[in-house]
Amino acid sequence: MLDQADGYTTADGRKIGPVVMEMKNITLRFGGVEAIKDISFDIREGEIRAIIGPNGAGKSSMLNVISGFYVPQEGQVFYQGQPRPPMKPFQVARQGIARTFQNIALFEGMTVLDNVMTGRLTHMQTGLFWQSMWKGKAEEEETANREVAEKIIDFLEIQAIRKTPVARLPYGLKKRVELARALAAEPSLLLLDEPMAGMNVEEKEDMSRFILDVNDEFGTTIALIEHDMGVVMDLSDRVVVMDYGKKIGDGTPDEVRNNQDVIDAYLGVAHD
Amino acid sequence: MFYREAGEFRTTYKEDSQTFPIRFDRWRYYFVLFVAICVIPFMVNDYWVNSIFLPFLIYAIAAIGLNILVGYCGQVSLGTGGFMAVGAYACYKLMTAFPDVSMFIHVILAGVITAGVGMLFGLPSLRIKGFYLAVATLAAQFFLVWLFNRVPWFYNYSASGQINAPERDTFGILITGPNTEAWATYVFCLIFTVVSAIIARNLTRGSVGRKWMAIRDMDIAAEIIGVNPLTAKLSAFAISSFFVGISGALFFSVYLGAVEVGEAFGINKSFLVLFMIIIGGLGSIFGSFAGAAFLVLLPVALKVVGVDWLGWPTDIVAHLQLVIVGALIIVFLIAEPHGIAQLWRVTKEKLRLWPFPH
Repeated sequence: MLDQADGYTTADGRKIGPVVMEMKNITLRFGGVEAIKDISFDIREGEIRAIIGPNGAGKSSMLNVISGFYVPQEGQVFYQGQPRPPMKPFQVARQGIARTFQNIALFEGMTVLDNVMTGRLTHMQTGLFWQSMWKGKAEEEETANREVAEKIIDFLEIQAIRKTPVARLPYGLKKRVELARALAAEPSLLLLDEPMAGMNVEEKEDMSRFILDVNDEFGTTIALIEHDMGVVMDLSDRVVVMDYGKKIGDGTPDEVRNNQDVIDAYLGVAHD
Repeated sequence: MFYREAGEFRTTYKEDSQTFPIRFDRWRYYFVLFVAICVIPFMVNDYWVNSIFLPFLIYAIAAIGLNILVGYCGQVSLGTGGFMAVGAYACYKLMTAFPDVSMFIHVILAGVITAGVGMLFGLPSLRIKGFYLAVATLAAQFFLVWLFNRVPWFYNYSASGQINAPERDTFGILITGPNTEAWATYVFCLIFTVVSAIIARNLTRGSVGRKWMAIRDMDIAAEIIGVNPLTAKLSAFAISSFFVGISGALFFSVYLGAVEVGEAFGINKSFLVLFMIIIGGLGSIFGSFAGAAFLVLLPVALKVVGVDWLGWPTDIVAHLQLVIVGALIIVFLIAEPHGIAQLWRVTKEKLRLWPFPH
């Protein structure tokens, strides 16, 4: 079922579309260290794709390759069918790829609302002159984008803190604000780097619900890195497993769970 | 007339994003504007204008400019004096080359030229940050002062090496030179200050401002979100230098009238303006005004108290003044490192809940 060119249907009946992003034979080196060795996989429209693996497996590096932060030495990234030339991160953002960070990277000096509004920057084009006048073009653009931002704020249930400076928020909320900022860009591909790191069970449940809702309501394609196996297996449609920079498994959660390599390398035989 | 937010409901995003969303604030702002425009010009004399209003208004523009760069965009600059000198010399060259053009145009053009120079010296910011950038801008400071000292073309080959503001007018009213009216120079500077503040506020509350603040708070995340660091940083340098250039032009042409570059626009000036925004509050337009007021008015106030009221000798008061201002700066930075603007913000938050804080 997986290899059909125009997508597949998931177990819970969602239609998954064609390939949005394809990584072909990616190799990334830092000096003598090979962080990623010849990895190929694809991300399809509308799916939740997880990348898992033990510490140091190269997951975050992989995400950084997708978001344009690292340029791989070998291999090619295809985005929406086109080979993507080496780009600056802000150009990648303008193509509709948004991400969150493993260690929260919010703008601490700004309010929640301003943080979410920065997520809209790729949609705001008014020139300096009109902005200095404010009345007219700039104000209209601001209002139109504010409406979108407020929708996201409603969606993630952070209305009460919209005027609070981010620096004052607790960790769990910060993670949610960061998701809001990424969502505000209305991305076609959303990358989440350990969205549930350091959260308690309740917060994890909330976050999982939000991720599913985002995928469901906005149809956003999501690629995520996560350590909590329970969460990964529940959320994702397909999983890539990495170990020491190599891909050792790729498929539905069930397939991955029964893959001997994965069990050996990651889940561990002795522990069960 | 108490500061109250209760009972004010904003139903549109436009209302919510205005500069003074709270009615009391808005009226206070209109009141201050009214007094500044309709009352003060009829009451001022030379002493008030030259020792209080002109320096306050002009330094406020410089502080707004520097605040955009340091407070909003996070790029430390020690080149303010040098950029003010660019504004002053640009204004001087324009005044002498085109005597019939209105002073408004000259001052604005001086700002535009400074913006260009500022962008040029902002280029290193694309590679270096923090203290290292501060040192790079320090180089701009020394280079620019040296340039204006050494190249006679800039001071029109005058024998003294100084530049003197010739008599120029706007709409038939003398603005520069020795025969100006106090109210005219005051109103001229006031217009520039008010418009600068409004423009700065408009820029910082919109998408450009968010780009700057994103670069300031976390440049890597900003880039991933779609901020081009090149345009964001250079636009901050350009806008900041534009205001600093205007303030330099006014400082020379309207306030001092004659300038020797090393004396008027030396490194001391850079530090003075930097202190203003640190004391006033980084990343706040109000803070720029507060800081400028603090450092311009405090010395005058101390002098009035010391010499006129207590009758102490002038030299003792002058020295005491330095000691007290210095001590106050330290006290201030320990008590409220985020400046007067933060103090005001905290007060407002307390007042919101007063008198039932729980």
